Amino acid sequence: MLARRIIPCLDVADGRVVKGIHFEGLRDAGDPVEQAARYDREGADELVFLDIAASYESRSTTLAMVTRVAETLFIPFTVGGGIRSVEDAGAALRAGADKVAVNTAAVRDPELVSRLADAYGTQCVVVAVDVRWANDRWAVMVTGGRDATPLEAISWISELEDRGAGEILLTSMDRDGTRQGYDLQLTSAAAQAVDIPVIASGGAGSLAHLAEALEAGAHGVLAASIFHYDGHTIASARSFLRDRGIAVRP
Amino acid sequence: MIAVVDYGVNNLASVVRALAAAGHPATLTADPEVVRRAERVVLPGVGNYGRAAITLRVTGLGDAVREVASAGRPLLGICLGQQLFFTGSEEAPGAAGLGLFPGRVVRFQTSLHVPHVGWAEVMPTVAGRRHPVTAPLLAEAGSFYYHVHSYYPAELPEECVLATADYDGKFATIVGQGSVLGTQFHPEKSQDAGIALLRRFAEWTP
Repeated sequence: MLARRIIPCLDVADGRVVKGIHFEGLRDAGDPVEQAARYDREGADELVFLDIAASYESRSTTLAMVTRVAETLFIPFTVGGGIRSVEDAGAALRAGADKVAVNTAAVRDPELVSRLADAYGTQCVVVAVDVRWANDRWAVMVTGGRDATPLEAISWISELEDRGAGEILLTSMDRDGTRQGYDLQLTSAAAQAVDIPVIASGGAGSLAHLAEALEAGAHGVLAASIFHYDGHTIASARSFLRDRGIAVRP
Repeated sequence: MIAVVDYGVNNLASVVRALAAAGHPATLTADPEVVRRAERVVLPGVGNYGRAAITLRVTGLGDAVREVASAGRPLLGICLGQQLFFTGSEEAPGAAGLGLFPGRVVRFQTSLHVPHVGWAEVMPTVAGRRHPVTAPLLAEAGSFYYHVHSYYPAELPEECVLATADYDGKFATIVGQGSVLGTQFHPEKSQDAGIALLRRFAEWTP
Protein backbone atom coordinates (compact mmCIF):
# COMPACT_ATOMS: atom_id res chain seq x y z
CA MET A 1 0.00 0.00 0.00
CA LEU A 2 1.53 3.27 -1.09
CA ALA A 3 1.10 6.27 1.14
CA ARG A 4 -0.62 9.28 -0.39
CA ARG A 5 1.78 12.18 -0.80
CA ILE A 6 1.83 15.73 0.52
CA ILE A 7 3.97 17.77 -1.83
CA PRO A 8 4.90 21.39 -1.19
CA CYS A 9 5.71 23.27 -4.37
CA LEU A 10 8.29 25.99 -4.81
CA ASP A 11 7.48 28.23 -7.78
CA VAL A 12 10.79 29.99 -8.31
CA ALA A 13 11.46 33.20 -10.25
CA ASP A 14 14.73 35.10 -10.17
CA GLY A 15 16.03 33.05 -7.29
CA ARG A 16 13.01 33.56 -5.02
CA VAL A 17 9.97 31.47 -4.16
CA VAL A 18 6.87 33.28 -5.42
CA LYS A 19 3.17 32.59 -5.53
CA GLY A 20 0.45 34.22 -7.63
CA ILE A 21 -3.23 33.85 -8.36
CA HIS A 22 -4.25 32.30 -11.69
CA PHE A 23 -0.48 32.33 -12.41
CA GLU A 24 -0.33 36.17 -12.06
CA GLY A 25 0.35 38.87 -9.45
CA LEU A 26 3.32 37.07 -7.96
CA ARG A 27 4.33 37.74 -4.39
CA ASP A 28 7.47 36.75 -2.55
CA ALA A 29 7.49 33.64 -0.37
CA GLY A 30 11.10 33.35 0.63
CA ASP A 31 14.38 31.71 -0.21
CA PRO A 32 14.16 28.37 -2.05
CA VAL A 33 16.93 26.67 -0.08
CA GLU A 34 15.51 27.73 3.29
CA GLN A 35 11.99 26.75 2.26
CA ALA A 36 13.13 23.36 0.96
CA ALA A 37 15.01 22.61 4.16
CA ARG A 38 11.97 23.57 6.20
CA TYR A 39 9.66 21.28 4.24
CA ASP A 40 12.07 18.36 4.43
CA ARG A 41 12.41 18.86 8.18
CA GLU A 42 8.63 18.99 8.57
CA GLY A 43 8.25 15.65 6.80
CA ALA A 44 7.10 16.48 3.26
CA ASP A 45 6.83 13.36 1.09
CA GLU A 46 8.38 15.05 -1.90
CA LEU A 47 9.30 18.50 -3.14
CA VAL A 48 8.58 20.12 -6.49
CA PHE A 49 10.66 23.03 -7.77
CA LEU A 50 9.29 24.88 -10.79
CA ASP A 51 11.37 27.56 -12.45
CA ILE A 52 8.41 29.62 -13.61
CA ALA A 53 10.51 32.35 -15.18
CA ALA A 54 12.55 29.79 -17.10
CA SER A 55 14.56 31.42 -19.80
CA TYR A 56 17.54 30.18 -21.70
CA GLU A 57 19.84 32.71 -20.02
CA SER A 58 18.81 31.69 -16.52
CA ARG A 59 19.46 27.93 -16.95
CA SER A 60 22.84 27.84 -15.25
CA THR A 61 21.69 29.97 -12.30
CA THR A 62 18.65 27.74 -11.90
CA LEU A 63 20.75 24.58 -11.97
CA ALA A 64 23.04 26.00 -9.29
CA MET A 65 19.95 26.69 -7.19
CA VAL A 66 18.64 23.16 -7.86
CA THR A 67 21.91 21.75 -6.55
CA ARG A 68 21.71 23.83 -3.38
CA VAL A 69 18.11 22.77 -2.82
CA ALA A 70 18.90 19.09 -3.49
CA GLU A 71 21.64 19.24 -0.85
CA THR A 72 19.03 19.98 1.82
CA LEU A 73 16.66 17.15 0.86
CA PHE A 74 16.27 13.51 1.87
CA ILE A 75 13.08 13.04 -0.12
CA PRO A 76 12.34 12.71 -3.84
CA PHE A 77 12.82 15.96 -5.71
CA THR A 78 11.14 17.04 -8.95
CA VAL A 79 12.47 19.91 -11.04
CA GLY A 80 10.60 21.60 -13.86
CA GLY A 81 10.57 24.77 -15.90
CA GLY A 82 12.46 25.26 -19.13
CA ILE A 83 13.24 21.59 -19.74
CA ARG A 84 13.01 21.16 -23.50
CA SER A 85 15.30 18.26 -24.32
CA VAL A 86 16.86 15.04 -23.05
CA GLU A 87 20.03 17.09 -22.43
CA ASP A 88 18.17 19.67 -20.31
CA ALA A 89 16.65 16.84 -18.29
CA GLY A 90 20.05 15.21 -17.85
CA ALA A 91 21.46 18.47 -16.52
CA ALA A 92 18.65 18.74 -13.95
CA LEU A 93 19.14 15.12 -12.86
CA ARG A 94 22.89 15.64 -12.50
CA ALA A 95 22.17 18.76 -10.44
CA GLY A 96 20.31 16.57 -7.96
CA ALA A 97 16.75 16.14 -9.26
CA ASP A 98 15.17 12.69 -9.06
CA LYS A 99 12.48 13.51 -11.61
CA VAL A 100 11.96 16.19 -14.21
CA ALA A 101 8.70 17.91 -15.09
CA VAL A 102 7.96 19.03 -18.65
CA ASN A 103 4.97 21.04 -19.77
CA THR A 104 5.04 23.31 -22.84
CA ALA A 105 7.82 21.28 -24.45
CA ALA A 106 5.70 18.11 -24.25
CA VAL A 107 2.82 19.81 -26.05
CA ARG A 108 5.09 21.16 -28.78
CA ASP A 109 6.99 17.88 -29.12
CA PRO A 110 5.04 14.93 -27.63
CA GLU A 111 7.85 12.57 -28.69
CA LEU A 112 10.02 14.27 -26.06
CA VAL A 113 8.08 12.37 -23.38
CA SER A 114 9.04 9.04 -24.95
CA ARG A 115 12.65 10.10 -25.41
CA LEU A 116 12.88 11.12 -21.74
CA ALA A 117 11.33 7.81 -20.66
CA ASP A 118 13.78 5.87 -22.83
CA ALA A 119 16.75 7.83 -21.52
CA TYR A 120 15.95 7.94 -17.81
CA GLY A 121 12.99 5.62 -17.15
CA THR A 122 9.32 6.50 -16.86
CA GLN A 123 9.71 7.06 -13.10
CA CYS A 124 11.76 10.16 -13.94
CA VAL A 125 9.20 11.73 -16.21
CA VAL A 126 6.54 13.99 -14.75
CA VAL A 127 4.35 15.85 -17.19
CA ALA A 128 2.78 19.01 -15.86
CA VAL A 129 -0.58 19.79 -17.42
CA ASP A 130 -2.10 23.23 -16.85
CA VAL A 131 -5.84 23.26 -17.43
CA ARG A 132 -8.46 25.99 -17.82
CA TRP A 133 -12.20 25.46 -18.28
CA ALA A 134 -13.19 27.18 -21.52
CA ASN A 135 -15.97 26.60 -24.02
CA ASP A 136 -17.34 23.65 -22.06
CA ARG A 137 -14.09 21.72 -22.03
CA TRP A 138 -10.88 21.38 -20.07
CA ALA A 139 -8.37 23.10 -22.31
CA VAL A 140 -4.64 22.46 -21.96
CA MET A 141 -2.72 25.71 -21.58
CA VAL A 142 0.99 26.28 -22.17
CA THR A 143 3.76 28.86 -21.68
CA GLY A 144 2.92 29.46 -18.05
CA GLY A 145 -0.81 29.49 -18.75
CA ARG A 146 -0.65 32.26 -21.35
CA ASP A 147 -1.53 30.29 -24.46
CA ALA A 148 -4.41 27.94 -25.16
CA THR A 149 -3.88 24.75 -27.16
CA PRO A 150 -6.41 22.64 -29.06
CA LEU A 151 -5.78 19.78 -26.62
CA GLU A 152 -8.47 18.50 -24.27
CA ALA A 153 -6.95 17.68 -20.89
CA ILE A 154 -8.22 14.15 -20.24
CA SER A 155 -7.38 12.79 -23.68
CA TRP A 156 -3.99 14.53 -23.51
CA ILE A 157 -3.27 12.87 -20.17
CA SER A 158 -4.13 9.45 -21.62
CA GLU A 159 -1.80 10.09 -24.52
CA LEU A 160 0.96 11.12 -22.11
CA GLU A 161 0.58 7.83 -20.24
CA ASP A 162 0.93 5.91 -23.51
CA ARG A 163 4.01 7.92 -24.40
CA GLY A 164 5.81 7.04 -21.17
CA ALA A 165 4.91 9.68 -18.60
CA GLY A 166 5.39 8.31 -15.09
CA GLU A 167 3.21 10.84 -13.34
CA ILE A 168 0.86 13.71 -14.14
CA LEU A 169 1.04 17.00 -12.28
CA LEU A 170 -2.41 18.39 -12.95
CA THR A 171 -2.95 22.08 -12.25
CA SER A 172 -6.29 23.80 -12.46
CA MET A 173 -5.52 27.36 -13.50
CA ASP A 174 -9.08 28.31 -12.60
CA ARG A 175 -8.33 27.42 -9.00
CA ASP A 176 -4.63 28.35 -8.80
CA GLY A 177 -3.99 30.64 -5.85
CA THR A 178 -7.72 31.08 -5.12
CA ARG A 179 -7.74 28.82 -2.04
CA GLN A 180 -11.24 27.64 -3.03
CA GLY A 181 -10.18 24.02 -3.21
CA TYR A 182 -8.91 21.78 -5.98
CA ASP A 183 -11.00 21.17 -9.09
CA LEU A 184 -12.36 17.83 -7.93
CA GLN A 185 -14.19 16.98 -11.14
CA LEU A 186 -11.02 17.47 -13.13
CA THR A 187 -8.95 15.53 -10.59
CA SER A 188 -11.37 12.65 -10.53
CA ALA A 189 -11.74 12.46 -14.31
CA ALA A 190 -7.96 12.42 -14.74
CA ALA A 191 -7.38 9.81 -12.02
CA GLN A 192 -9.95 7.51 -13.64
CA ALA A 193 -8.47 7.96 -17.10
CA VAL A 194 -4.94 6.72 -16.31
CA ASP A 195 -3.11 4.16 -14.15
CA ILE A 196 -0.15 6.43 -13.43
CA PRO A 197 -0.33 8.71 -10.39
CA VAL A 198 -2.14 12.02 -10.76
CA ILE A 199 -1.00 14.83 -8.47
CA ALA A 200 -3.66 17.46 -7.88
CA SER A 201 -2.59 21.07 -7.92
CA GLY A 202 -4.20 24.49 -7.82
CA GLY A 203 -6.60 25.86 -5.25
CA ALA A 204 -5.70 24.34 -1.88
CA GLY A 205 -6.86 26.73 0.83
CA SER A 206 -7.41 24.40 3.76
CA LEU A 207 -6.44 20.98 4.99
CA ALA A 208 -9.92 19.73 4.10
CA HIS A 209 -9.16 20.59 0.48
CA LEU A 210 -6.16 18.24 0.56
CA ALA A 211 -8.38 15.44 1.82
CA GLU A 212 -11.04 16.10 -0.85
CA ALA A 213 -8.54 15.83 -3.69
CA LEU A 214 -7.10 12.58 -2.33
CA GLU A 215 -10.61 11.21 -1.89
CA ALA A 216 -11.31 12.20 -5.51
CA GLY A 217 -8.51 9.88 -6.62
CA ALA A 218 -5.34 11.96 -6.57
CA HIS A 219 -2.22 10.06 -5.44
CA GLY A 220 -0.74 13.23 -4.08
CA VAL A 221 -1.59 16.83 -3.40
CA LEU A 222 0.57 19.74 -4.37
CA ALA A 223 0.17 22.88 -2.32
CA ALA A 224 1.97 26.18 -2.01
CA SER A 225 -0.01 28.98 -0.33
CA ILE A 226 -1.28 26.99 2.62
CA PHE A 227 2.25 25.98 3.58
CA HIS A 228 4.07 29.16 2.52
CA TYR A 229 1.78 31.67 4.25
CA ASP A 230 -1.00 30.15 6.29
CA GLY A 231 0.94 28.56 9.09
CA HIS A 232 -0.08 25.04 8.15
CA THR A 233 2.71 22.55 8.65
CA ILE A 234 3.19 19.27 6.85
CA ALA A 235 2.72 17.54 10.19
CA SER A 236 -0.65 19.18 10.78
CA ALA A 237 -1.73 18.23 7.26
CA ARG A 238 -0.61 14.66 7.80
CA SER A 239 -2.44 14.26 11.08
CA PHE A 240 -5.59 15.83 9.59
CA LEU A 241 -5.50 13.39 6.65
CA ARG A 242 -4.83 10.41 8.90
CA ASP A 243 -7.88 11.32 10.99
CA ARG A 244 -9.92 11.37 7.78
CA GLY A 245 -8.84 7.77 7.15
CA ILE A 246 -6.39 8.55 4.35
CA ALA A 247 -3.24 6.42 4.16
CA VAL A 248 -0.33 8.75 4.80
CA ARG A 249 3.10 8.22 6.31
CA PRO A 250 3.22 8.33 10.11
CA MET B 1 35.74 4.53 6.78
CA ILE B 2 32.64 3.89 4.69
CA ALA B 3 33.25 3.63 0.95
CA VAL B 4 30.37 4.41 -1.41
CA VAL B 5 31.14 2.69 -4.69
CA ASP B 6 31.04 4.96 -7.74
CA TYR B 7 30.44 2.73 -10.74
CA GLY B 8 28.90 5.22 -13.12
CA VAL B 9 25.30 5.06 -11.94
CA ASN B 10 23.11 7.91 -10.74
CA ASN B 11 22.13 8.90 -7.26
CA LEU B 12 25.49 8.72 -5.52
CA ALA B 13 25.81 12.15 -3.93
CA SER B 14 22.51 11.73 -2.08
CA VAL B 15 23.75 8.49 -0.50
CA VAL B 16 26.91 10.19 0.76
CA ARG B 17 24.82 13.09 2.10
CA ALA B 18 22.38 10.78 3.90
CA LEU B 19 25.25 8.89 5.55
CA ALA B 20 26.70 12.22 6.68
CA ALA B 21 23.29 13.17 8.08
CA ALA B 22 23.38 9.85 9.95
CA GLY B 23 26.64 10.99 11.53
CA HIS B 24 28.92 8.85 9.37
CA PRO B 25 31.02 10.60 6.74
CA ALA B 26 31.61 8.44 3.69
CA THR B 27 33.95 8.55 0.72
CA LEU B 28 32.77 8.23 -2.85
CA THR B 29 35.27 6.12 -4.75
CA ALA B 30 35.77 4.36 -8.07
CA ASP B 31 39.04 2.78 -6.92
CA PRO B 32 38.83 -0.98 -6.20
CA GLU B 33 41.76 -0.70 -3.76
CA VAL B 34 39.91 1.87 -1.66
CA VAL B 35 36.83 -0.39 -1.66
CA ARG B 36 38.93 -3.38 -0.65
CA ARG B 37 40.44 -1.55 2.31
CA ALA B 38 37.19 0.09 3.49
CA GLU B 39 35.81 -0.81 6.87
CA ARG B 40 32.34 -0.99 5.32
CA VAL B 41 30.96 -0.49 1.84
CA VAL B 42 27.77 0.79 0.21
CA LEU B 43 26.85 -0.16 -3.35
CA PRO B 44 24.13 2.30 -4.42
CA GLY B 45 22.50 2.60 -7.78
CA VAL B 46 19.82 3.69 -10.15
CA GLY B 47 20.26 2.42 -13.67
CA ASN B 48 20.34 -0.57 -15.95
CA TYR B 49 21.29 -4.02 -14.59
CA GLY B 50 23.19 -5.20 -17.66
CA ARG B 51 25.34 -2.10 -18.00
CA ALA B 52 26.04 -1.96 -14.26
CA ALA B 53 27.07 -5.65 -14.15
CA ILE B 54 29.55 -5.08 -16.98
CA THR B 55 30.96 -1.96 -15.36
CA LEU B 56 31.51 -3.79 -12.07
CA ARG B 57 33.35 -6.56 -13.90
CA VAL B 58 35.63 -4.49 -16.13
CA THR B 59 36.58 -1.98 -13.43
CA GLY B 60 37.44 -4.65 -10.87
CA LEU B 61 34.98 -3.03 -8.46
CA GLY B 62 32.83 -6.16 -8.50
CA ASP B 63 35.71 -8.32 -7.26
CA ALA B 64 36.54 -5.75 -4.60
CA VAL B 65 32.93 -5.77 -3.37
CA ARG B 66 32.97 -9.60 -3.29
CA GLU B 67 36.15 -9.55 -1.18
CA VAL B 68 34.56 -7.16 1.31
CA ALA B 69 31.66 -9.59 1.67
CA SER B 70 33.84 -12.67 1.99
CA ALA B 71 35.98 -10.92 4.62
CA GLY B 72 32.78 -10.50 6.66
CA ARG B 73 32.86 -6.72 6.55
CA PRO B 74 29.49 -4.91 6.38
CA LEU B 75 28.18 -4.37 2.86
CA LEU B 76 24.96 -2.58 1.95
CA GLY B 77 23.37 -2.59 -1.50
CA ILE B 78 20.70 -0.06 -2.38
CA CYS B 79 18.11 -0.68 -5.13
CA LEU B 80 20.10 -1.70 -8.23
CA GLY B 81 23.17 -2.20 -6.01
CA GLN B 82 21.20 -4.75 -3.99
CA GLN B 83 19.92 -6.47 -7.14
CA LEU B 84 23.51 -6.88 -8.29
CA PHE B 85 24.18 -9.06 -5.21
CA PHE B 86 22.08 -11.79 -6.87
CA THR B 87 23.16 -14.09 -9.67
CA GLY B 88 21.17 -12.35 -12.38
CA SER B 89 18.07 -10.42 -13.37
CA GLU B 90 15.21 -10.68 -15.83
CA GLU B 91 16.14 -7.11 -16.77
CA ALA B 92 19.30 -8.33 -18.48
CA PRO B 93 19.25 -12.08 -19.15
CA GLY B 94 22.81 -13.29 -19.51
CA ALA B 95 24.36 -10.55 -17.40
CA ALA B 96 26.09 -12.00 -14.35
CA GLY B 97 25.50 -10.38 -10.97
CA LEU B 98 27.93 -10.75 -8.08
CA GLY B 99 26.31 -13.96 -6.82
CA LEU B 100 26.55 -13.05 -3.13
CA PHE B 101 23.01 -14.29 -2.59
CA PRO B 102 21.16 -17.24 -4.02
CA GLY B 103 18.13 -16.20 -6.03
CA ARG B 104 17.53 -13.86 -8.90
CA VAL B 105 15.78 -10.63 -9.70
CA VAL B 106 12.39 -10.71 -11.41
CA ARG B 107 9.96 -8.19 -12.87
CA PHE B 108 6.61 -7.37 -11.26
CA GLN B 109 3.83 -9.40 -12.87
CA THR B 110 0.79 -7.34 -12.02
CA SER B 111 -2.01 -5.34 -13.54
CA LEU B 112 -0.89 -2.44 -11.34
CA HIS B 113 1.31 0.24 -12.81
CA VAL B 114 5.01 -0.66 -13.11
CA PRO B 115 7.40 0.79 -11.98
CA HIS B 116 6.29 0.68 -8.38
CA VAL B 117 6.99 4.23 -7.22
CA GLY B 118 6.28 5.74 -3.86
CA TRP B 119 6.32 5.43 -0.10
CA ALA B 120 5.54 1.80 0.74
CA GLU B 121 5.07 0.34 4.19
CA VAL B 122 7.89 -2.04 5.11
CA MET B 123 7.28 -4.90 7.56
CA PRO B 124 10.06 -7.00 9.10
CA THR B 125 9.87 -10.79 8.79
CA VAL B 126 10.61 -13.21 11.62
CA ALA B 127 14.27 -13.20 10.51
CA GLY B 128 14.19 -9.40 10.24
CA ARG B 129 12.99 -9.04 13.81
CA ARG B 130 16.18 -10.74 14.96
CA HIS B 131 18.53 -8.67 12.80
CA PRO B 132 20.09 -5.66 14.59
CA VAL B 133 19.68 -3.37 11.58
CA THR B 134 16.07 -4.28 10.82
CA ALA B 135 14.69 -5.26 14.25
CA PRO B 136 13.84 -1.64 15.17
CA LEU B 137 11.49 -1.55 12.15
CA LEU B 138 9.00 -3.41 14.27
CA ALA B 139 9.13 -0.79 17.01
CA GLU B 140 8.72 1.89 14.34
CA ALA B 141 5.40 0.28 13.40
CA GLY B 142 4.42 1.56 10.03
CA SER B 143 7.80 2.44 8.58
CA PHE B 144 7.47 3.83 5.07
CA TYR B 145 10.37 3.85 2.64
CA TYR B 146 10.65 5.35 -0.82
CA HIS B 147 10.62 2.74 -3.59
CA VAL B 148 11.28 3.23 -7.32
CA HIS B 149 11.62 -0.08 -9.16
CA SER B 150 10.24 -2.55 -11.69
CA TYR B 151 12.22 -5.56 -10.44
CA TYR B 152 12.68 -7.22 -7.06
CA PRO B 153 14.62 -10.20 -5.68
CA ALA B 154 12.90 -13.59 -5.68
CA GLU B 155 13.65 -17.29 -5.20
CA LEU B 156 15.86 -16.66 -2.19
CA PRO B 157 15.82 -18.62 1.08
CA GLU B 158 13.24 -17.43 3.56
CA GLU B 159 15.84 -16.60 6.19
CA CYS B 160 17.46 -14.10 3.79
CA VAL B 161 14.28 -12.02 3.56
CA LEU B 162 14.40 -9.50 6.40
CA ALA B 163 11.46 -7.31 5.42
CA THR B 164 8.70 -7.19 2.85
CA ALA B 165 6.42 -4.66 1.25
CA ASP B 166 3.24 -5.27 -0.68
CA TYR B 167 2.47 -4.44 -4.29
CA ASP B 168 -0.21 -6.81 -5.50
CA GLY B 169 1.57 -9.41 -3.35
CA LYS B 170 4.45 -9.37 -0.91
CA PHE B 171 7.96 -8.88 -2.20
CA ALA B 172 11.35 -8.85 -0.46
CA THR B 173 12.47 -5.30 0.17
CA ILE B 174 15.25 -5.88 2.70
CA VAL B 175 17.50 -8.91 2.22
CA GLY B 176 20.45 -10.03 4.26
CA GLN B 177 22.91 -12.82 4.85
CA GLY B 178 26.02 -12.67 7.05
CA SER B 179 27.56 -9.24 6.75
CA VAL B 180 25.65 -8.38 3.58
CA LEU B 181 22.44 -6.32 3.54
CA GLY B 182 20.36 -4.97 0.69
CA THR B 183 17.37 -2.68 0.42
CA GLN B 184 15.11 -2.49 -2.60
CA PHE B 185 14.07 1.02 -1.52
CA HIS B 186 16.13 4.17 -1.23
CA PRO B 187 17.02 4.96 2.40
CA GLU B 188 18.72 8.14 1.19
CA LYS B 189 15.33 9.36 -0.09
CA SER B 190 13.33 8.08 2.87
CA GLN B 191 13.94 10.94 5.26
CA ASP B 192 14.25 10.15 8.99
CA ALA B 193 13.37 6.45 8.61
CA GLY B 194 16.04 6.07 5.92
CA ILE B 195 18.70 8.01 7.80
CA ALA B 196 18.02 5.90 10.91
CA LEU B 197 18.46 2.71 8.89
CA LEU B 198 21.74 3.97 7.42
CA ARG B 199 22.93 4.85 10.91
CA ARG B 200 22.18 1.32 12.15
CA PHE B 201 24.06 -0.10 9.18
CA ALA B 202 27.02 2.20 9.83
CA GLU B 203 27.17 1.14 13.49
CA TRP B 204 26.47 -2.55 12.91
CA THR B 205 28.98 -5.21 13.85
CA PRO B 206 27.96 -8.42 12.07
